[in-house]
Amino acid sequence: MSRILSIQRLIAMLIKEFIQMRRDRITFAMMLGVPLLQLVLFGYAINNDPRGLPAALVSLTNDPYSRAVVSALENSQYFKFTVENASPSEARRLLRKGEVTFVVTLPSDFAKQAEAGTPNALIEADATDPAASGAAVASAPAIIEKAVASVKQNNPKLKQDLLRTSTTIHRKYNPEGITQFNIVPGLLGVILQLTLVMMTSIALTRETERGTMENLLAMPASPFEIMCGKVLPYIAVGGVQVCVVLVAGRLLFNIPFEGGMTLLLSSILVFVLSLVLLGYFISTIAKTQMQAMQMTFFFFLPSLLLSGFMFPYAGMPVWAQTLGEIFPLTHFLRVVRAILLKGAEWNEVSSSVYALMICVAVLLVMALKRFKPTLD
Amino acid sequence: MNTIDVRGLTKRFGDKLVVSNVSLSVKSGEIVGFLGPNGSGKTTSIRMMCGLLKPDEGQGQVLGYDLIRDRLHIKSQVGYMTQKFSFYEDLTIEENLSFVARLYNLKPIARHTKETLEKLGLYSRRNQLAGQLSGGWKQRLALAACTMHSPRLLLLDEPTAGVDPKARRDFWDEIHRLAADGMTVLVSTHYMDEAERCHRITYISYGKLLADGSLKDVIAGAGLHTYTLSGPNIESFIPQLQEEDGVQQIAPFGNALHVTSTNHRALKRALKPLEEHSDIVIEQSPTSLEDVFIKFMSDSTDNMQ
Repeated sequence: MSRILSIQRLIAMLIKEFIQMRRDRITFAMMLGVPLLQLVLFGYAINNDPRGLPAALVSLTNDPYSRAVVSALENSQYFKFTVENASPSEARRLLRKGEVTFVVTLPSDFAKQAEAGTPNALIEADATDPAASGAAVASAPAIIEKAVASVKQNNPKLKQDLLRTSTTIHRKYNPEGITQFNIVPGLLGVILQLTLVMMTSIALTRETERGTMENLLAMPASPFEIMCGKVLPYIAVGGVQVCVVLVAGRLLFNIPFEGGMTLLLSSILVFVLSLVLLGYFISTIAKTQMQAMQMTFFFFLPSLLLSGFMFPYAGMPVWAQTLGEIFPLTHFLRVVRAILLKGAEWNEVSSSVYALMICVAVLLVMALKRFKPTLD
Repeated sequence: MNTIDVRGLTKRFGDKLVVSNVSLSVKSGEIVGFLGPNGSGKTTSIRMMCGLLKPDEGQGQVLGYDLIRDRLHIKSQVGYMTQKFSFYEDLTIEENLSFVARLYNLKPIARHTKETLEKLGLYSRRNQLAGQLSGGWKQRLALAACTMHSPRLLLLDEPTAGVDPKARRDFWDEIHRLAADGMTVLVSTHYMDEAERCHRITYISYGKLLADGSLKDVIAGAGLHTYTLSGPNIESFIPQLQEEDGVQQIAPFGNALHVTSTNHRALKRALKPLEEHSDIVIEQSPTSLEDVFIKFMSDSTDNMQ
């Protein structure tokens, strides 16, 4: 018998490992579930050249040229006019709220200018995420000029000269298209989510695994006291992280701080609350720290992909967007980017903050319901 | 009123019946030994009595509080020492004690902590991590921590497993001191010497109360007769004795065999042939508690089988 490798001993080890793997159902489910989840999310939901981005149309004219331009933009699949006939001020508000990525304005003299060879459309793009709007913006002038040219062909009396580029493009909120402006505020959310959910998810499982839970429950501490005691320290940890990321974002990356600090910090607090409660909820379900970690990652991965952090939210199919709505990170990214980059006010981010508050309330109730003050 | 009065306690985990119909009474100031075979639900019964588990069936009161409705009241007046050390190993001795003092709202916290440390004799080591303590010290710390709030009832779940004899004796001295001060103690154990230190013994096997009373009463009640056989190579007679109907238990103890039966006449008949061996000494001896328990265990069917 060999000292280094005995098939018999190796088989003994293998059998034991497989038995243990099979007994730990959650790990087993993760091993099968995670690749499948990744495949579906990456495969179907993620699009680096996003199409169908929401756009608002401010059309101050109605003529063959403008109609041709609108349908050409829609046919390009980059633009999807979710709001037509918007007033200029309304369109700008939608852009700031993030409900549309573009505002396309066709001025009243558009037909005249088109016939003169200089179609003067204005495209304002939300450039906070340069990746989302880049391709659409780049292709827009050519699409417009081609549409105008095809209308002019029907009228041989007009001069069919080559059009020079005359479409005006405003990249708003991040005119230089600096990726960091979009990523760093997003990273704030991602960093908070990763650390806080992970740390709080082992809050109860650590007690259970070390056997201290039995003692803790035998002493007169109420479920609410235990929850607050477990969760509050991590809110403080979150506070430190927020300071570090914001200061570094300012000093290292020159992130603009357009909006109000109070609104920013109170929105962050709501987000942090939702994260620690989420982690605590996980820890009421997981039986071991290992399971808690796995559940955290099971949650972390899709939230990273579907929240709009890594890939443009607007470019995802509707089902993926709907799924993305359940993650606090999705709502937080909207809030933090709107406040920091666009200087959004309360009424412009309120719907996302309310969504975060709903997350907090639901998680609070679920965590308290799941927590058992007995060992049953 | 009794400190503990519970009737018909039943607990299931899924399909498995863990505690079936346990009834128990403990008078104030008593030290009661709670005995029973492995898996007979001693730990589960104790957990039900201190509010850690909700009984599926049954009712009763602990310290005058209803077992089902007043669990929080029970928790605040009961001290429960778990089988496994369940204080925080990554906290120092002092930090553990002040944590407990705060949870029970003992004021002033610093004084309660200091007094407990001094009583324990751990004041000089108060900054040591609890995880670094030896088994015996951990157990003393646990006892000190769970009696810090002066509970009226102390529930101990196999408290001295893995502890050396000296520490065990000290531990029991402390239990008797606490009982003398009026604390009621219920202690589950497998150790005969521990059972012998209790005022009263309760033996429960799968829901049935098989014995209840003082050490003497329980031994007498079992109706066992015991002989001690000693001599060279005495183990070689075990197979022969096992054949005999009159012999119910044979247990080797060093160079001797304890042979036990409920039927005295049949036992004497069975031992007759051995008298021919001149080097074997046969003498009647007092029945030990262990013999009694082993009889109980072989009488009742183990629900693990």
